[in-house]
Amino acid sequence: MNLPAVIPALPHADRAEAYEQRAFGFWLYLMSDALIFALLFATYVVMAPNTDGGPTGQTLFSLSRAFVETLLLLFSSAAFGVAAVAMAAGKKAEVLRWLLVTFILGLAFVAMEIDEFRGMVLAGAGPDRSGFLSAFFTLVGTHGLHVSAGLIWILVMIGQIAVKGLTAPVASRLSRLGLFWHFLDIVWVGIFSVVYLPGVM
Amino acid sequence: MLSGCGLSDAPIISPKGPIALAERDLLFTATAVMLLVIIPVIVMTFLFAWRYRASNMKARYAPNWSFSIPLEATVWLIPAAIVMALGHLLWNATHKLDPYKRLDSAAAPFEVQVVAQDWKWLFIYPEQRIASVNELAFPSGRPLSLKITSDTVMNSFFIPALGGQIYAMAGMQARLHLLADQPGRFTGRNTQYSGDGFADQHFEAIAASKPDFENWIAKVRQSQDTLDAAAYRALAAPSIAHPVTYYSSVAPNLFETILAKYRGHKARDHQQAAEAANRKF
Amino acid sequence: MLGKLTIDALPFYSWVAMGGAVVTVLGGLAVAATIMRLGVRYTWSEWLTTVDHKRIGIMYIMLALVMLLRGFADAIMMRAQQAVAFNSDGYLPPDHFDQIFSSHGTIMIFFMAMPFLSGLMNLVVPQQIGARDVAFPFMNSVSLWLSAAGAGLVLISLVIGTFSTAGWTGYPPYSGLEYSPDVGVDYWIWAVLIAGVGSTLTGINFIVTILKRRAPGMTLMRMPLFTWTAFCTSVLMTFAFPALTVACALLALDRTFGMHFFTNTGGGNPMNYINLFWMWGHPEVYILILPAFGIFSEVVATFSRKRLFGYASLVLATASIAILSFTVWLHHFFTMGAGANVNAVFGIATMVIAVPTGVKVFDWLFTMFRGRIEFHPSMLWTLGFIVSFVIGGMTGVLLALPPADYLMHNSVFLVAHFHNMIIPGVLFGYFAGYMYWFPKAFGFKLNEQWGKRSFWCWVIGFYLAFMPLYVLGFMGMPRRMEHYNAPEWQPYLIVAMLGVCIILLGIVCMIVQIMVSIRQRNKALDLTGDPWNGRTLEWLTSSPAAPYNFAVLPEVCDRDAFHDMKVHGIAYRRPARYEDIEMPKSTAAGVLLGAFAFLLGFAMIWHIWWLAIASALAAAATLIARGCNDDTEYVLPASEVQRIEDGRYEVMASIVRAGATEGEPVAARKPSLERAT
Repeated sequence: MNLPAVIPALPHADRAEAYEQRAFGFWLYLMSDALIFALLFATYVVMAPNTDGGPTGQTLFSLSRAFVETLLLLFSSAAFGVAAVAMAAGKKAEVLRWLLVTFILGLAFVAMEIDEFRGMVLAGAGPDRSGFLSAFFTLVGTHGLHVSAGLIWILVMIGQIAVKGLTAPVASRLSRLGLFWHFLDIVWVGIFSVVYLPGVM
Repeated sequence: MLSGCGLSDAPIISPKGPIALAERDLLFTATAVMLLVIIPVIVMTFLFAWRYRASNMKARYAPNWSFSIPLEATVWLIPAAIVMALGHLLWNATHKLDPYKRLDSAAAPFEVQVVAQDWKWLFIYPEQRIASVNELAFPSGRPLSLKITSDTVMNSFFIPALGGQIYAMAGMQARLHLLADQPGRFTGRNTQYSGDGFADQHFEAIAASKPDFENWIAKVRQSQDTLDAAAYRALAAPSIAHPVTYYSSVAPNLFETILAKYRGHKARDHQQAAEAANRKF
Repeated sequence: MLGKLTIDALPFYSWVAMGGAVVTVLGGLAVAATIMRLGVRYTWSEWLTTVDHKRIGIMYIMLALVMLLRGFADAIMMRAQQAVAFNSDGYLPPDHFDQIFSSHGTIMIFFMAMPFLSGLMNLVVPQQIGARDVAFPFMNSVSLWLSAAGAGLVLISLVIGTFSTAGWTGYPPYSGLEYSPDVGVDYWIWAVLIAGVGSTLTGINFIVTILKRRAPGMTLMRMPLFTWTAFCTSVLMTFAFPALTVACALLALDRTFGMHFFTNTGGGNPMNYINLFWMWGHPEVYILILPAFGIFSEVVATFSRKRLFGYASLVLATASIAILSFTVWLHHFFTMGAGANVNAVFGIATMVIAVPTGVKVFDWLFTMFRGRIEFHPSMLWTLGFIVSFVIGGMTGVLLALPPADYLMHNSVFLVAHFHNMIIPGVLFGYFAGYMYWFPKAFGFKLNEQWGKRSFWCWVIGFYLAFMPLYVLGFMGMPRRMEHYNAPEWQPYLIVAMLGVCIILLGIVCMIVQIMVSIRQRNKALDLTGDPWNGRTLEWLTSSPAAPYNFAVLPEVCDRDAFHDMKVHGIAYRRPARYEDIEMPKSTAAGVLLGAFAFLLGFAMIWHIWWLAIASALAAAATLIARGCNDDTEYVLPASEVQRIEDGRYEVMASIVRAGATEGEPVAARKPSLERAT
């Protein structure tokens, strides 16, 4: 590990404190974001019966697809976990490799979701069809947008690690990305059990 | 003094029916209870500010006095006691004055269906099969039982002299029960801002004696206009300061049709649910 | 290419609209001229790109004061219209009147009160807790510029297109595309959304700052009351604003992509919006007023020359208000027909909030009790607040009684009630803070005479403007009436108009106050950094404070930390040596993000898709570039710190010397006070 020249002006303890504050701030952001999802979930539950005579979850949702999507996200979370362990061990190449795996699994998830959305829109079940579909696309789409933002962030981090190495600021950012990525996993589990499972049952 | 300010005629100060009266009395009682604290606070503010002004060296100065258990306990307990008293009052009053609750009265309730439109009020009298726009007539001394909906944005139906308001929302049926003690004419209006014609969206509520009410019905029945589907569509188009209009007949189930327009999905859902339930058997 | 934007969007269709546009453009030119005069490079490097919490605070407050003028212009136009509009159309057509009441509320809440409170928090909290800056200085700058971007959208709606007519609450289905097809509601949505994100970030920033950056020895129960209230407000901001974000975002989806969240048809449910909006909206009221409570607590202790009475009660009351504020949102729509049980529960929950609030009032009163009260303008605002606020509190409890609310809902009684809370509560509090902390920001005191004149105009004007509205509520007058046909209403509305004119005098007095104070600043310099014989740490720094606030972080041994230091004679002890201080570097990223957010909002309002995509990408690129930057801090060497501090001690020594010969009150007061206690 080689720290860039601009950093060491401060004693190490202060630096650690600053990272801890960032982690705490990021937790707060996640809680705030979790509330956004909670409200979108609540909206979905309220709107789910409002199909306006249009297609229902029963005809639209495919449990097997949602299950594959779930597996993709879960495995990408696990891959990130491996990357985090590698980071703690200071193995740069390994971190990069597992981040790439995380990225590919996440990308596959987003691709599947886009494909699902496309199929629904083509079948006349777009977000403007009914209140139910508006709520569905918004809840699942907001999660998808978060995942996409996470993918960009993973790419940025891959670049940073490749160029700067596993420096303290990079490691600190990577740990926050980890929080974000696992958080999205949890939200997805919520979506699977609130949207897809009851929708198909 | 009150009359000089126009206050004695203020519909909320001098209501014309038992509902509004009970609501007003609640307002007055709660005010009186709260003044028990408010007035001392205001007096103390002026008193302390004057007595402990910096230039008054005679007043005691206790720069480090910042805690006192009896005082702290008092300042928590007094507001708490008042809130408990008011909470009790509130619970009973809210249940007693629930706008959905039928009134206890010997007389049978008189039913009117109310539709909010841009920017006017349509009143349908299902028993008489007549309708009127921007004029609501009903017999005094008899409970007025209203079913209220909207064929446009959210409105709020309010006759201040008779009682509180309730929202009118598309696809939903609100209920409101009012009673006028004596014959009289009152202003009613929409209080929920709804667009350009909002300021003119008021109507006259006429509580009529029995013969007067019969005459009013006869007058409406003589009208040339009838409210069929086409006439309704024309009426529902936005209009500002719509003149009072009478309809000698009304398409059957018009009110239900207006409601159903916005709850198609729900009706269908219920149907689907029923079918699904049937399949299971 | 330009989406829905055509030449028709320019306000050539009416004189009133044209006038508003001209004033807005002139205002923009005036800002540009000021920047030119100060020097573009100076403004850019010292202000626009700064991450110094004190300068960010000053810019927030400047934004708030400008928006106060704009919001007040709306108010006086509404009052003028209603004063003349008996059986006549007045001078404003409905479409204009509707935009004016919508922008008045939107501006006053989102772009006057919110920036004002963020500004005061920025200016004061880090200094009050003995910190050198907020936890995330860059994010702080982003918050500021997002607020400014939102304000910019509201302002520009006066020149290009129209503003919303749906009120500051934007209730659907009226605010939906079917009933409000023009861009007005979109302006409202995007202004509120962008500023709302900024507020959420401010909340997060201050939670971390207050919990993690306190000076050694400052336990939670030694935090000054303003810091406590700022903390509770930050918690509310972080956890309430998501509801507003969701409500506005879903409304935007309805309007932009034809979705059916809140439409009458297609399975929409407008009631869902109303719930979401007030889940934010009620906590918002406390977001605004809690910091004002904090200011009153500081002011009343300082100018009563006494320790704050019932500190623990005040903290407990603040925290319980913050928690309870999430449990009462339904009282904004008792008339939606929720049923007696639901209404009663929410009504009682609402009244319960009156208990901690009442406790606070008593604690302030007992702080004055056996004090030595100085009637500085800040203290006058506080006294005016206490007397007026209890009246507003009383009418608030009345509205919490569902059956009474059935009568008063949507009436001008309600308007009178919330102005009674927000003007004497929120605004008087912020004004008290503004006059109290002004020397800390600029190094000289505001003229007290003009401050007092302003206070009396505001307080008299407030009573004249709003007491008639209470009465009109009893007469059944609804809010938002463009004209009316009830002759008995008019006299009251004329009195209300008169009241607003007196408030205008109050505003004029404030402007004169600033001008006079600047001109005579040399007579009112605050050389000690402690103009009021203050009790809390912000008065330990110089006025204005050095970029790092504290050369050496103070050790806190008491709730009134600075007062305690003065008593023990250690307040101004010079440290043996100074250390290097690490400071955040200025960055253009914050102001750029604000600019891109503005463009994104503008593009979404007018459906200019290429611009929307371009500005979103630009914002993302800025964020990524910033996220890759490890070089965000610089070191202020100990020698430079020493130079700044030596200068300060030299000035202080010179006043003590001057005081010894001329009997200068500042110097004379200090030793005597330190002996007295």
